Amino acid sequence: MARLLDVLREQLHLTGTKEGCGEGECGACSVFINGKIVNSCLVPVAQVEGAEIKTIEGIATGNQLHAVQQAFIECGGAQCGICTPGMVLAAVDLLARNANPTDAEIRTGLAGNLCRCTGYIKIFESVVRACQR
Amino acid sequence: MRSHVPSYNLESPGNLREVLKTIAAEPGVWRPFAGGTDLMVLLEAGKLPHKNYLNIWNLTELRGIEVTDQHVTLGALTTYTEVQQEKLFQIDFPMLCQAASETGGLAIQNRGTLGGNIVNASPAADSPPALLAYDAELELVSLKGARWVPYHGFHTAYKQMIIRPDELLTRIRLPRRTEKLQHYYRKVGTRKAQAISKVCFAGTAQVREEKIQDVRIALGSIAPVPLRCVQTEDALRGSPPNQIAIDRAMSVLANEIVPIDDIRSTSNYRHQVSLNLVADFLQQLRA
Repeated sequence: MARLLDVLREQLHLTGTKEGCGEGECGACSVFINGKIVNSCLVPVAQVEGAEIKTIEGIATGNQLHAVQQAFIECGGAQCGICTPGMVLAAVDLLARNANPTDAEIRTGLAGNLCRCTGYIKIFESVVRACQR
Repeated sequence: MRSHVPSYNLESPGNLREVLKTIAAEPGVWRPFAGGTDLMVLLEAGKLPHKNYLNIWNLTELRGIEVTDQHVTLGALTTYTEVQQEKLFQIDFPMLCQAASETGGLAIQNRGTLGGNIVNASPAADSPPALLAYDAELELVSLKGARWVPYHGFHTAYKQMIIRPDELLTRIRLPRRTEKLQHYYRKVGTRKAQAISKVCFAGTAQVREEKIQDVRIALGSIAPVPLRCVQTEDALRGSPPNQIAIDRAMSVLANEIVPIDDIRSTSNYRHQVSLNLVADFLQQLRA
């Protein structure tokens, strides 16, 4: 019943994935399982046998940041950094499904991710910037 | 993590028959584990009382959506995301799509399943009111065979259901109605995403020859079970959709529901909002 989140962080030392609430409310532990965004705190590792897991560590290509990551830097979308990996993954997931989202679609795409620092505006602007690339 | 993880078992039998054999051999010992969006929250909080689970997430027998002229049948593992992706549902069962889109956020919708939402049996769950209003039926399967039961009546008391320990919920069936229905679904929570409902309302009806027909009303978060409001439906059936009907519906519904105070809301608030929602539903029928 070990959580995917704990296996990622403590056994594989992939500490980019964060633990916020531990109950699926905050999105800080977001990862992709077979291309679908999920909360890794709610997934028993036994359920991902044979699955492809992508964490924040797999978003950049070598030294080349993903457009979403670059936009977060340019727009000040990261503050304390705990929500940032999940926010970036939520934005990457959104843009993969919808390259030209409306403002409302961006908000829906980020709605499962909580941030206690930024007030969300800079994060929202980061996603808008990423869409323009 | 506040639970002692090694004291929990999660076995993966791999196919439906093996799951059924295990729950038949040791009734009550093993419980199914699907998307985990409810059970893992309890695990993290140190409040998951049951210890032995069977992983059913990988059972292909419990997936897929089948459409005929009469019914739509969904595997119990259909996720909220899959519900929203099914174009037919947007037309025939829009309240189910709306419930799915308002449950959790996208990451939850990718894991949470309709079957899990039903057997987790939370009275605050968002899909049950829509399923009740759409006359859903459930397929319960054991080694002895399969039986279909109406969803209305499935929940008998708080977290109590008519499913036997040797049975598994495998499919959910919705009749396709030929008449042109109006659909009204409204979730009232603290915010649009992630919030658990204070009140959840699902209503369908049609106005034919100036009279309310085929009315179905169900509410979540206002009783120990997801509640089909049959008394209110009876009071409306055959009435013109006018202010008299609205007043009568509010009066009957006021006696049909007994909301509780809890961490999310108060009895008074839930009571008033439920009445407001039935009035709003009927106003929409008039429009």
